[in-house]
Formats: sequence, structure tokens, C-alpha cells
Amino acid sequence: MDQATTTTTFEKPIQDLDQVVIRFAGDSGDGMQLTGDQFTRTTALMGNDIATFPDFPAEIRAPAGTLPGVSAFQLRFSSFDIHTPGDAPDVLVVMNPAALKVHLKELKKDGVLILNTASFSALDLKKAKYEKDPRTDGSLAGWRVIEVDLEARTREALANSPLDSRGKDRCKNMYALGILYWMFHRDMEPTIKAIGQKFAKKPEIVDANLVAMRAGYAYAETTEIFQTAYRVPPAQLPPGTYRNIMGNQALGLGLVAGAQQAGLQLFLGSYPITPASDILHQLAAYKNLGVVTFQAEDEIAAVAAAIGAAYSGSLGLTTTSGPGLALKSEAIGLAVMAELPLVIVNVQRAGPSTGMPTKTQQADLLQAMFGRNGESPVAVLAANTPADAFEVGFEAVRIALQFMTPVIVLSDGYIANGSEPWRLPDIARLPAIPVQFAPPGKPGEKFMPYQRNPQTLARVWAKPGTPGLTHRIGGLEKADLTGNISYDAQNHQHMIDTRAQKIANIADAVAPATTLGPDHGDVLVLGWGSTRGAITSAVLQLQKQGHKISASFLRWLNPLPKNLGALMQNFKRVILPEMNKGQLCMLLRSKYLVDVESYSKVDGQPFKSQEILDYLTKALASPQGGAR
Amino acid sequence: MSTTERPVLQKKDYKSDQDVRWCPGCGDYSILNAVTGAFAKLQKQLHETVIVSGIGCSSRFPYYMETFGFHTIHGRAPAIATGVKVANPALDVWVVTGDGDAMSIGGNHFIHAMRRNVGLKILMFNNRIYGLTKGQYSPTSEQGKVTKSSPMGTVDYPFSPIALSLGAGGTFIARGVDVFGPHLEEMICRASAHQGTALLEIYQNCNIFNDGAYKTFTDKEVRDERTLAIEHGKPLLFGAQKDKGIAFDGNFKPYLVTGQDLGKAYVWDETAETPAPAMALATMSEAEFPVPIGVFRRREKPAFEAGVQAQVAAARAKKQGSLHELLHQGEIWDVK
Ligand SMILES: Cc1ncc(C[n+]2csc(CCOP(=O)(O)OP(=O)(O)O)c2C)c(N)n1
Ligand code: SF4
Ligand SMILES: [Mg+2]
Repeated sequence: MDQATTTTTFEKPIQDLDQVVIRFAGDSGDGMQLTGDQFTRTTALMGNDIATFPDFPAEIRAPAGTLPGVSAFQLRFSSFDIHTPGDAPDVLVVMNPAALKVHLKELKKDGVLILNTASFSALDLKKAKYEKDPRTDGSLAGWRVIEVDLEARTREALANSPLDSRGKDRCKNMYALGILYWMFHRDMEPTIKAIGQKFAKKPEIVDANLVAMRAGYAYAETTEIFQTAYRVPPAQLPPGTYRNIMGNQALGLGLVAGAQQAGLQLFLGSYPITPASDILHQLAAYKNLGVVTFQAEDEIAAVAAAIGAAYSGSLGLTTTSGPGLALKSEAIGLAVMAELPLVIVNVQRAGPSTGMPTKTQQADLLQAMFGRNGESPVAVLAANTPADAFEVGFEAVRIALQFMTPVIVLSDGYIANGSEPWRLPDIARLPAIPVQFAPPGKPGEKFMPYQRNPQTLARVWAKPGTPGLTHRIGGLEKADLTGNISYDAQNHQHMIDTRAQKIANIADAVAPATTLGPDHGDVLVLGWGSTRGAITSAVLQLQKQGHKISASFLRWLNPLPKNLGALMQNFKRVILPEMNKGQLCMLLRSKYLVDVESYSKVDGQPFKSQEILDYLTKALASPQGGAR
Repeated sequence: MSTTERPVLQKKDYKSDQDVRWCPGCGDYSILNAVTGAFAKLQKQLHETVIVSGIGCSSRFPYYMETFGFHTIHGRAPAIATGVKVANPALDVWVVTGDGDAMSIGGNHFIHAMRRNVGLKILMFNNRIYGLTKGQYSPTSEQGKVTKSSPMGTVDYPFSPIALSLGAGGTFIARGVDVFGPHLEEMICRASAHQGTALLEIYQNCNIFNDGAYKTFTDKEVRDERTLAIEHGKPLLFGAQKDKGIAFDGNFKPYLVTGQDLGKAYVWDETAETPAPAMALATMSEAEFPVPIGVFRRREKPAFEAGVQAQVAAARAKKQGSLHELLHQGEIWDVK
């Protein structure tokens, strides 16, 4: 918490801050995600910029009180434009010893630790693998510890509630939320409204939650433990209408908006997989916009059905995560051959194999690029923030239709579940996406399914049901124009070259790469996907320090922006942080023969901006290159 | 549109201009002939008909038809066809597949299409062999079969596609034979009339890799004695003189009846709620009993695509969605 001015109200002093990072941590049953979510909504409505990062446990219901069962939610809010949910928290709320053990090491020096003393019995400590009580053996020295028996306080507050003691204990997260609302001068109204809606059918639960929250607020206001309240003034965001949005949601909306602008039925074929399932859930609720969702028997059937829908004239969509993309490979190859518009969403998670499904990674780039048999180019683009996912979804639809091609959208767990304020686009200004189906054929004239637009090389889209257009296509190599089976050597070479050129042509239809900072200098930091926020923060700081450093974030990975090669030449060094073992780095080195330096990290956690700052600082100090 | 406004299509009009590339003598030719015959009888419109296939000799079928055709990937035709049908239920969607394509690599999609009752007409060419890959055994090959990949005979037990479909909840399940042209044509017409998934298993001779697989009951000399043409509402009788019958005991165990007992022959009801008699016919020993052909089961059940599109229509009728509303969901705020 960076200090600013201090004013005093008649009660307690209020300090102005420009940003705060809070982390809630507890058992998966403690309602940490809900607590974080409420704080986020309130804070967004109060006009701050905000970024969030939920960190889910690996198990849905790990044994209570154990280390694998710890669930956390970090949020950062500010009075200025921010790019990440922050690194180390200023305030850490822990509901039990396990949460303390997992998260304490990240709390800032002098940071505030709010600790629920109710669950510090010998057994609780044992479950968290503490030999001694950390509260008494000096392990908490260096932090401002506030001990509250949240269970006892909540039960007191709910003395008149009809709930049983289990039900009352479930409200302790709301008591903690009340404390934080007081500490950070938050308005309780939005939460009062939200809880009222969420449990509309259970008034006694609404009552208990709200009573607990108000009691927490009052407790913080009146007891001596809390000395100061803090205020973070609203941020100066560009004017507009805002909504807080998670990456998965934004992506789903972008895809639906794309289909609407194209005037097409959106057909989603999907098979549940973390962290992509939420898009299926979301789109299943959009039937009133004509969206059809199909939960298939497996990922192969999911993409296959989407291809069938695309063949019959709808926009085909399939959503998955890495292992699912592996299963879809062969079918995507068919869509490449059949040249059908298909959007494939891969919300990446930590692999290989089942890996760490709730953790994030960017290691499916090469799979997206090359994970099919034969020369099988597809368009690939990536979302770089939760809100950016809207535009990326929209753009994927536009390109799939304009070029009659499969398009792979890469997101990742960090973007999917993270959130930020999103300035709603002006619907009137969303570009139309023109779609032209082949007109009915004339009698006696043979329909040519592989007739192409000379500019894009996209083939015609012939909708079954249209008279005069009957034709046969498939995965066998086909003769140009007629689409008939062909084993002709020259034709095969020609068709492979044509399919590759068609994907290359997309570069003419998308925006060139831009830079954060000047388009020339000493160091260019390249990023793609969710590393954007952390790179932005680090590069802005280094620019302030006077370094000639810029950053560029690639939305398009295949094809790469036309100006990228020239742009890299404008800098002495190019550094590329990625949450994989250097996959984009490898592509750029081979394509441009530029000595791109890879900064790789694959621990399942997003880059912290401090990590990137440290790396770049070292790199700048060793002009020969190689900060390692 | 009424059919009177449309030109009458001849059988030949359903054939494309592509040269047919099956081996001379392959049973697939007879099936192509029966399909074009049935389509002409039904006056199917070329542009409203889509034929989706997987991979195999059988799956080359769409290229030879003058309809919309999609030759896809091995085993996935039912899934792709599901997308075609659900996205546009007005299309008449057919799947052509083989015993390897549908029962082996595509077994999962096959059973789920049956379970969902998607309006697909599935023609499964069962030659009890992998034809295209030159003669390995398939999941319908009889146990002990010697093939290139089973020089000492197969150890696998085969399954009956009819029994599998019954187990998967199929609503129309029938069997025809390549060489029984008129019967096959009738089966195709009946499959076409069904709402929901129709499975027509077609015994097909691969004269290169599994020649004579069905000859013990399809040859002219033995045909009457060795096949049982099942017909709705009629007793299960066979033989040139219809002097033999099949009856079931209380556990649906089949036994032969003749002479005075002929009256005990089971009266076939393809619409029976219980699949037990159909299962009994589908699994009775080929060696001991005649081979049943015809419609094993036909049940009325709403088709999947109709249910899906009805939900969309109901949601729209309740409240037509708009992009504006969609984007402005949840808590929003203005920054001036
Ligand atoms: C993914 C994949 N695996 C294997 C093959 C090779 N393959 C092509 S057809 C076939 C079997 C075909 O048997 P069946 O479905 O019975 O068709 P038939 O040729 O007998 O008509 C196989 C194994 C393939 N094309 N694709
Ligand atoms: S290999 Fe067999 S199934 Fe294939 S075309 Fe030849 S005869 Fe027909
Ligand atoms: Mg076969």
C-alpha cells in the first residue's frame, strides 16, 4: 500500500492509497471465491480499476483443512490504470492454518495479516503440517497480525438466526468481508443486492449473510484493533459503460457477437474440460439468440459436429483445453481440407497429459500450429487479457468466415478465470461480417466447390438445400475447382501451396503489430497471450527509468503480423517471456533468423511483473545478452 | 413445395458422373443400385439430401451419388452428420459406413447417435472385414477367422450390430442383404420414413478379402431355408413352403417349430416395447437358425434435433435475445 495523504473523520483516520492488493485464502468450502467476487463487484462499481486472479485448488473437495484444499482469490484495485492482479498482497486474509502456510510467504513485508483464530486447534495445525503454532513461535514477525475468532464472532452476531451452527459458520466469510469493507471504505449496497438475488428463495440465508457482514463492518469500526481505514479513489478510466468481465465470459460474448454480426446460427459442439467448460455453460444459456449447443460424447464428436454444422451453413465452434485439442487434431485436418469456417477455442492449462488442470500455461502453441498430420495450416490467434478475449473471439469469427478456414483461439487459465473492467463496445459500431453463400446453380452448369475469391483465396460456401449446388467433398486430396478426388502430383503441390497461401493472406486482413513505447530502441520485449499485463507493468517502469525499451503484444500468431520482421530489426535485442519452453521464440528464430532471447517459465503460475522486471533489469545490465 | 412442380427424377439421375472404383463384383454395387432405386421411388430431391460417410471402401459411396456428399474421417461420420442434422433439420441426412468404421473406431459415435435418436439414416455395409486396408479382421468377423492380421485365427469375439443398437436404445433397427435387391430397396424406403436414427445393417460381400462370407445363407439354393424374412404382424416363418417357424420359450430362448406346432411361431411385432424378442433374434446362432432379415425394431420417439431446435424456439418465444442486452448483463456502471 503506497502511502498518500491522511485525513481524519470523527471516528478513525482515513488514509488515501492509490492501490491495494488483497488475497483471500481458505478451505475450498470457506467461500473464498464468493468473497473475492463480492469485493470485486463492489470495487468495480465504485470506479476503481481492478484485476483479479482466482487460484483454485486441484481437488474439488480435498479433505477440509489440508494444504491441497486451499483456495485463494487475489484482487488488486487502484486509482490508476493497472495491468495485472498484482504480485505480493498488502492484505492477506487466512481462514485456517493451511491457508496461512501456503500463502504467508507471499505477503508483503509489514503487510496486514487477518487471521481466523477459530481453526487453530492442534488438529488443524497438524492437518496443515505445522509442528508448532505459528502464532506463538515467532513465524509471524514482520507482519501486522490481526487475530479474529471469526466463528465465535459470527455465531454471536447470528444468535437470533434460525440457522443451525453449521449454517451460521458458513457465514464467517461474510463477517470477514464486512471487516474488509470497513477497512477499505467500501459500499455494502451492491453485496446486499447480490446476496438477496443469489439466495432469493432462502430469506433466512440472506438475512444471516447480511447480518454477519454488517457485524464484521461494525466490529472493525468499533474495536481498537483496526486503527485506520483506507480509501482508494476511483481510477480515471476512459469514458464509457463498463462491466467487470472474466476472460471465458468475454470470449463467449465475442463469439456470439461475431455470429450475430454475420447473421449466422452459432453451433457449439463441446465436451466438458477445465478450464474451458464455462464457455459451454454460458453459451447453453444463449438459446434466445439462436445459439445451439451440443454436449458431445467426446472431443472428437464435439469438433466433428461443429464441422457438420459448418458444412450445412452455420458457424461451427468447439471449445476445449489442451488434451481435448489433441483429440480434435484429425478432424481439424479435415476442416483444413474441406475449407470450412470453424472456430476452435483452446483454453490452455498446465500439461503435459492431464498435468495441472487448474493451473495456467501457454505450452499448446506448437500443438495449435503444427499438431496435425500433413501440411495443415490453420489461423491461430491469442487473447491477452480477459477483456481482450471479446475482440479476439469476434476477430476469430470474422477471419474464419472471410477465409473459409479453421481458426484456433488460444486463451489460458489465467485469462479465463481472471477478470477486469471492460468498456462495452458500441454495438452500432461493431463491424458487419459479410457472408455470401453460393447462389443457386443454373441448370446445365456444373457447380465448382473450389472456386476461390482471387484476393483471399477463400473458396465458396455452398449450403446444402440450395438447388443446383450438389457436390462431393472430403478429406481426400481434391482437384482444384471441381473438388473431385485427385492423385495428380501437380495438383497436390498446387493445393498445398494454395492452402498455405490462403492462411498467409490473412496478414493483409488484420492489424499490424504496434509497440508500447517507441518503435525502435535497445530492447523489444515481445509477448503473446496472458503475459501482457506483467510485461506492460515491467516495461513501463523501465521506460520511466529512462531505458530505451518497448514492448509489443502479438494477437496473431499464424500468420504473424507483416511488419514484425522489420520491427524486430529496429531493436538491438528482442526478449520473449513465455509460459512454455520457448515455443514462440523458436518460431520467430526460424522464420526471421533473429536472435530472440527466451525467458521461459513453466511452474503453472502466471508471470509476476516483478519477475519480469528483475529479468529485464539484469538483461539491460548485461548488454551482451542473456540474463540467465 | 409440392412434388408435382418438380421434374420426375429417374434412377440414373441419382448417380454422379464419377467412375465407380469398387472392385468388380463387390457387393457395394448392388447397394448403390438399391439406394438409387429407393431414392427414385421416394423422389428424393438431390439438393435436400446429404450423404456423410467415414473411411473405407463403403465410405466412398457419396462420390457416386448426385446429392450433397461429405466423405469425412474414419469412424466420425455419425458425429459430423449429427452436426449437419441438428444445425439444419430440414436436410435429409444419410450416413454410409462400414463394419470397421462404425463398430470399431467409430463405435462411440455410433452408440451415441442411437441413444440420442438423431434423424440420421445409417447404412452400415457389413462385410465382416476391413476392405480398404486390404483384409484385416473387423469387430464383426467371426471368431477364429484367418486374415492377414490373424494368421492363427482371431481370438476376438464379434458383436452383432443389431444387438448393439438395441442395447444403445435405437428406435429403428433393420437388416438387409446386398444380393436381395428388392428387399433391400424396401428396407431403405422404410429407414427413410423413420423419424430419428435408423440403422440399416447391410450384409455385403467383399469378393476380394472375405468372399462368400454370407453364401451359406444367401446362395439361391439355400436362401429360403436359411433366411428368415421378418415382417410386422406376421408369424416368424421360413422355408420355401413357409413350413418352419421360430418360437420363443418364456425366457425368449428361440426354438424351431414345424408341422402341428407351426401355430406356435412367434407373431412379430416390430413396435414391441420390450427389446427382448428382437435381441433374441439378433443373437441366435447363425449355424442353428436361419438368419433374420427385415425390421427388428421400430419405435416412435421424438428426434434429437427436433428437441434441440424446440428449446431454441421456446427460449426465443419467451424472450428474443439481443446483443445489446447480452453485453449489458450483470452490474454495469458509467464512467463520464
Ligand atoms: C484414423 C485412421 N485410422 C486408420 C485408417 C485406415 N483405415 C481406412 S479404412 C479402414 C477400415 C475400413 O473397414 P470398414 O469400415 O469395414 O470398411 P470397408 O473398407 O470394409 O468397406 C482403416 C483401418 C484411417 N483411414 N484413418
Ligand atoms: S476390397 Fe472388398 S469391399 Fe472393397 S471394393 Fe473390393 S470387394 Fe468391395
Ligand atoms: Mg468392412
